[in-house]
Amino acid sequence: MQKKIKTLEEAIAPIKDGSVIMVGGFMGTGTPEILMDALVLKGIKDLVIICNDGAYPKRGVAKLIANKQVKTLIASHVGLNPEVGQQMDRGELEVILVPQGTLAERIRAGGTGLGGVLTPTGVGTIVAEGKQVITIEGKEYLLEMPLKADFALIRGSVTDKKGNVWYNESTRNFNPLMAMAADTVIVATEKIVEVGEIDPNNVMTPGIFVDVIVGGEKPWQM
Amino acid sequence: MADVKEMIAKRVAKELKDGDVVNLGIGLPTKVANYIPDDYDITFQSENGFLGLGPAPEKGQEDVDLINAGAQYVTIKSGASFFDSATSFGIIRGHHVDITVLGALQVDEEGNLANWIIPGVMLPGMGGAMDLVVGAKKVIIAMQHTNKGKHKILKKCTLPYTALRVVDMIVTEMGVIEVTPSGLVLTEINSDYSIDQVMEATEATIMVSSKLKEMTK
Repeated sequence: MQKKIKTLEEAIAPIKDGSVIMVGGFMGTGTPEILMDALVLKGIKDLVIICNDGAYPKRGVAKLIANKQVKTLIASHVGLNPEVGQQMDRGELEVILVPQGTLAERIRAGGTGLGGVLTPTGVGTIVAEGKQVITIEGKEYLLEMPLKADFALIRGSVTDKKGNVWYNESTRNFNPLMAMAADTVIVATEKIVEVGEIDPNNVMTPGIFVDVIVGGEKPWQM
Repeated sequence: MADVKEMIAKRVAKELKDGDVVNLGIGLPTKVANYIPDDYDITFQSENGFLGLGPAPEKGQEDVDLINAGAQYVTIKSGASFFDSATSFGIIRGHHVDITVLGALQVDEEGNLANWIIPGVMLPGMGGAMDLVVGAKKVIIAMQHTNKGKHKILKKCTLPYTALRVVDMIVTEMGVIEVTPSGLVLTEINSDYSIDQVMEATEATIMVSSKLKEMTK
C-alpha cells in the first residue's frame, strides 16, 4: 500500500509561491488549521486561495491573509474578516466574489469533468457581467466555468491509511467537493485509523482522491 | 411599543406552515424561530450543510464542529441530516426550501432585491443570499421600514441587485406588503400608524388592499 501519511513539513513542501489552493471550511469550521499554521511558518506568497469565505481573524484562511500571503481570494463572503476589506482598499488583495451555491458547483464541475454549470443565480446582477447567458425553455441561466486547483487542503475528522475520510457534522461543507478538484489533495485529520475501521457506508471522500494524510489536527479551541 | 424587531419576527412566523422547510437569514430573520407554535414541525436549513437546525446550546455545551451560517454555535434537532455544500445549495436552488426570510438594504416595486453590497462602503459578499432568493419557493423580506428615515422600499433599487423579481412579501414594523404582478399591495397595517404615514415612509407606489387588516403585534 502506498504510504500517504507524511509529516506537516513533507506535506506542504510542494506548495510554492503563486500556488492555487482550495481550502475547505466554512468560517473556519472544517478548515485544516495545522496546514494554515504550517503555511504561515513557511511564508510562501502570492497564493490564490479558493475558500467559501475569509473566515474571521486568527481562524482558518484569515491567518494567511493577515500574513499578506494571499494575492487573490475567491470566496462568497468576506464580511467577518475586516482585514480583507483593508487589504482590498490598499490594493494588496484581489477578491473575486462568487455566490456560494455557484462556488460549490464550479468546484464540483472542476472535479467531475463537467465543462461548466448553468445556474439561474446571478442573472440580471453584476455577477452576470462578462458571462454567457443561455436560455433554456424560456428561462435564463448563467454559464459558470469549472474551478480547479494545484492543491486542496482538507480537514478530516477520521481518516484511514488509504485516505478514506469521514467528516463530523458541519465540518463537511466544501471539503468533499474540493478533494475532487485539485491535483494534490492533502488531508489534515483529527484521527488516523487502520484501513477497514471506517464503515465503507460512512466514507464521505473515497481514498483515491487523497494524496497525503497528516495527523495532529485538533478540535477547535473556542 | 413592543420591540420592533421582535414584532416583525413574530408576524413573519405566521407565514410558516406545519411541515415547511425554512431558511432564516442572520440577524432579525433568525428571531422568527422563537415564534413557531410548539406543535409545528418546521425543518430549518443551515446552508453550511444541514437540515434540522436547533436553538443555541447552553453555555459550556458548545460543539465546535457544529455552527450555523453566521458562525454561531448551534444544536441540531432529532432527525437532522448533514451534507456537503453542493447538496445544500441543490436543496436551495432546486426549490426544496419552502420559505426563506432575509433582510434587505432595498426592495422595489417589481420585487427586485438589493441586500449584499454598498459600493465603496460595504462589501461583505453575497454568501448564499443570491441562491436563496432565486431558489426558495417564497421569499419574505423582514426589515425595518426605513433606514433611519431613509426610504428602503423604492420605485427602483439604486444599489446592485441580489436578484430580479424574487421578493413575495415585505414585513416591517408598519405593516405587511405583498408583491403582486400589478405592484406592491399593503395588506396589513400596524394600528400605531396611519396609511398616510406608511405612504410617506415608502418611495414606491403602494396600493391599499380592499381587505386591509390590522397587523398582529
